[in-house]
Amino acid sequence: MIIGSIVDGIVIDHIPAGRGMELYRLLNLDALDCEVAVITNAESGKVDKKDILKVGQVIDLDLSVLGYISTKITVNYIENGHRVKKIHPELPETITNMIKCKNPRCITTIEQELPQVFKLADREHRTYRCLYCETKAGKSKQG
Amino acid sequence: MRSLTDIVELSTQEIDEMIAVAQDIIANPEKYNECCRHKQLATLFYEPSTRTRLSFESAMLSLGGSVLGFSEANSSSAAKGESVADTIRTVGCFADIIAMRHPKEGSALVAAMNSTIPVINGGDGSHNHPTQTLTDLLTIKREMGHLDNLTIGCCGDLKFGRTVHSLISAMSRYEGVKFVLISPEELRVPEYVREEVLDRKGIEYLETDSLDQHIGDVDVLYMTRVQRERFFNEADYIRLKDSYILTPEKMEHAKKDMCVLHPLPRVNEISTAIDSDPRAAYFRQVRNGKFIRMALILKLLEVNV
Repeated sequence: MIIGSIVDGIVIDHIPAGRGMELYRLLNLDALDCEVAVITNAESGKVDKKDILKVGQVIDLDLSVLGYISTKITVNYIENGHRVKKIHPELPETITNMIKCKNPRCITTIEQELPQVFKLADREHRTYRCLYCETKAGKSKQG
Repeated sequence: MRSLTDIVELSTQEIDEMIAVAQDIIANPEKYNECCRHKQLATLFYEPSTRTRLSFESAMLSLGGSVLGFSEANSSSAAKGESVADTIRTVGCFADIIAMRHPKEGSALVAAMNSTIPVINGGDGSHNHPTQTLTDLLTIKREMGHLDNLTIGCCGDLKFGRTVHSLISAMSRYEGVKFVLISPEELRVPEYVREEVLDRKGIEYLETDSLDQHIGDVDVLYMTRVQRERFFNEADYIRLKDSYILTPEKMEHAKKDMCVLHPLPRVNEISTAIDSDPRAAYFRQVRNGKFIRMALILKLLEVNV
């Protein structure tokens, strides 16, 4: 399958296979009116398979979303057909409204207007905890 | 403006200062009885409490202030579906400081984040209960003379017992403190306490299911109630509630200079025959709760005496 190169835009590469659509939703790419390509299960030299997102314009990306999904993701900014910048997202200190607290006793279960905020509690083990009740989030399947 | 939702928000130096103020209040109560004149404490209690609410109210009254509030969710706008944030913003228009208890974990943080006046967490579900911990620390200090180099035994429901979690967090910051954690396997301390407090700080601790074997090792025995309301399953509650009962026979094997604490109310985990034992400190602990809350109110209202 051939997907054309982009002239100006962003290529989000090395997304863990199977998580491209999740990222598409979390980054609100469906709200854009430019071309967006979601490529799943692409062959990769670095990992067995990967997903790729190609966005046909430069937009502000929430790097915390990318870093939570995987710190192996690369974000390539393309101008006039050339890569002008490459970013590796870091593990974010906080993530907001990406995952929900599963603790049935958490205040967020009865006050659904509250943002679902998780804080990085242990960088080494990539452990996030609910800001409110400190319950551990389910492990992000890091790629 | 500061609130208190978790004991770890206070440095050990601040805790030590508050303990010193509480001890001065005990020695010189008349010095403090007009300190909070014209100040109002709102007690927002969304679930039942005798000790904590009355202790807060008594503390404020003894400082010359006044109290208002509610003692069950049904008598507040929560029954109409009002959010914690909105209730707090409303109460902030009337009172100078809030003490809140709420059954949901993290509710106190939500309150503090939305408040224009100091909020004191009077217990948020099975999560944190920092004023109980301050009470416990004042009691340990008064009973043992120091807070460092102690072996603390925690016995009973260590999973849902929020007072135990806060006590472990607070005491683990003092040098030479060790823990003996005595509970049925089902009610051991949550992994976040084990991993992020004990293991991370390299604190020496032992997890065991035997009170008999370890009662002689501890300087402080912190007994807890196996709380019916924390169980989803009645059968589990019935099976575990009598696991650890402190009796005079067991106390014979305890150190002569140890002390027994309990956040109360007890069900049957401490035999009433122990009440007259000088090592039984739990009713002195209740009294201390008022004095340390007085010290905390003074601190958060920034009243200097």
